[in-house]
Amino acid sequence: MERGGDVLLEVKNLQTQFATSSGVVRAVDGVSWDVRTGETVALVGESGCGKSVSALSIMRLVSAPAGRIVGGEILFKGRDLLRLSDAEMRHVRGREIGMIFQEPMTSLNPVLTVGRQLTEPPEIHLGMTPAQSRARALELLGMVGISDPERRLQQYPHQFSGGMRQRMMIAMAMTCSPSLILADEPTTALDVTIQAQILELMKGLSRKLGVAMVMITHNLGVVARYADRVNVMYAGRIVERATAAEIYANPRHPYTLGLLRSVPRLDEPRRAKLLPIQGQPPDLSRLPTGCAFQPRCQFAVERCLREAPGLAAVKEGHVSACWVSSELGQRATA
Amino acid sequence: MSLPASDRKGAGEDTRRDDDILVVRNLSKHFEVSGGFLGGRHGVVKAVDGVSFSIRRGETLGLVGESGCGKTTTGRCVLQLEKPTSGSIFFEGKDLSTASPAELRAVRRKMQVIFQDPYSSLNPRMTVGQIIAEPLAVHGIVTERVAREARVRELLGHAGLLPTMARRYPHELSGGQRQRVGIARALAMQPALIVCDEPVSALDVSIQAQIINLLEELQSNFGLTYLFVAHDLSVVRHISDRVAVMYLGKIVELTDRQSLYENPQHPYTKALLSAVPIPDPAVELTRERTVLGGEVPSPLNPPAGCVFHPRCPIAIEDCKAGVPELRSIKPGHLAACIRV
Repeated sequence: MERGGDVLLEVKNLQTQFATSSGVVRAVDGVSWDVRTGETVALVGESGCGKSVSALSIMRLVSAPAGRIVGGEILFKGRDLLRLSDAEMRHVRGREIGMIFQEPMTSLNPVLTVGRQLTEPPEIHLGMTPAQSRARALELLGMVGISDPERRLQQYPHQFSGGMRQRMMIAMAMTCSPSLILADEPTTALDVTIQAQILELMKGLSRKLGVAMVMITHNLGVVARYADRVNVMYAGRIVERATAAEIYANPRHPYTLGLLRSVPRLDEPRRAKLLPIQGQPPDLSRLPTGCAFQPRCQFAVERCLREAPGLAAVKEGHVSACWVSSELGQRATA
Repeated sequence: MSLPASDRKGAGEDTRRDDDILVVRNLSKHFEVSGGFLGGRHGVVKAVDGVSFSIRRGETLGLVGESGCGKTTTGRCVLQLEKPTSGSIFFEGKDLSTASPAELRAVRRKMQVIFQDPYSSLNPRMTVGQIIAEPLAVHGIVTERVAREARVRELLGHAGLLPTMARRYPHELSGGQRQRVGIARALAMQPALIVCDEPVSALDVSIQAQIINLLEELQSNFGLTYLFVAHDLSVVRHISDRVAVMYLGKIVELTDRQSLYENPQHPYTKALLSAVPIPDPAVELTRERTVLGGEVPSPLNPPAGCVFHPRCPIAIEDCKAGVPELRSIKPGHLAACIRV
């Protein structure tokens, strides 16, 4: 399932580091990926894998001075975002790239009305008059399924439920009709029935308006349903990338395989025992030599201890960073 | 003292069995709230509203529902951390509402809890060894220090941790390791029943399976009984023998695992199951799903009649009239819906 055409966003060899008391942490360590117009790309991984820092790097919101983008390029519509001035970057944020965060309450301003938070971006970025921006806000609230929008505009975020706040976040991200939305765990804080509503809404809007989306999540089920292409991250690097259909049917990195095997599935008979990934998540300040996943990997060979594997094609449109990925493919088909 | 025979049946109650370790009957917990900044409006939140179930020794009962459904409050009432507004809780046949303080202390040892957040439930100033040894000392179970240290090492082993962990502090551990410390601390009391309150939802996916496998091993090794409170339906299916689904303070469906997941009866259970995304795009493409409209109503002002009717795809006029009883629709399968 290939969606979209031209490359909209291209992240090239991005490196983002944090200075901590235990040394320099390479949160994002030479990562390259892209998004085409209109498609939904997932960044999947567990806490500390670098997926959120990747999104913050694109928006240039990595908190200085501890955090720093030390290398790479982020080409958005051909322009390197890392070379823009602060003023130019402010124009990109909100107007051209929208962002939806996990916890809406901490990303909304508690002392401004919903109406003000929705009307401010189009007034600043698009030069709308208050009357125009108010009409736009009403339209957006309707679009994201908030009833009684006239009254809702007067209210404050705390008067909204969790699901409604996330709808408002989506409306805010859409105000200036961006061509790309970064959604960082947009439904993790929500209940499962509300999660379904929000994801259906985002998918519908993205299809209808042709907005590309980067979906950052740890939930493999959400990825399966909503992503066109998937990047699996581990310890600051991408370890596997393919279309969603391909990566679930034919995982070629032991970490991806382990993640898929470890979750119980409602559509399958109950297993006597779950098959977890052994060991602990990696400590980024003390990564092992060779492949970062090697201490937890059941397929590790001698070479994995010495040399870190780079991403290599296992077939058309499918790359994996693993020395034994071809063997994994044979096992899966055998 | 055991339950009188006349107490063993009643509308909307779970079928009684002789080896029940815990029997909860018509439990309610209401909280008074003063809403608004200046304490203007007052109200009562019926966090738990007439809940009945029982758990057999050695069994796992899953308690599922979305936030605010009352599942955690139910667990806290069982643990005697909240005083129920009404209803009764029998543990090993003893009515806890009439138990003396000394009897309650004994009961508390036999009922332990594993919390959701292993970060906030461990004292950051104590070593792992001290955390696990404290209940042993406080309850006078192992009074001698050397013996206590040996017991701590043994408990760490049960939880899958190395003895050297005893000298570490919680902040030095990963989330999964911290949850193992919480489990070792619960085991220290040699409990019969453990209330597991969302024990894996704060953990990374790859670690969740480790902890679930550990809980299952411990259950078979020590004959533990679990009340497993969680919102993740896939995890609950894996670990539970029977499952109760809660919505706005009430149990809406209660049956064995297989019946619930293969033949759900209540429209809310059906919607919940269909909302869980399956990690397989091929399955998701062809899957039918019911996306529930609306949101969970405020517990301050719940709808009249069946509390689920405003969101229910099969609601009829009668659903607004009366509160449906949790009734037996086939042997061992209870549902609170007039449409099934």
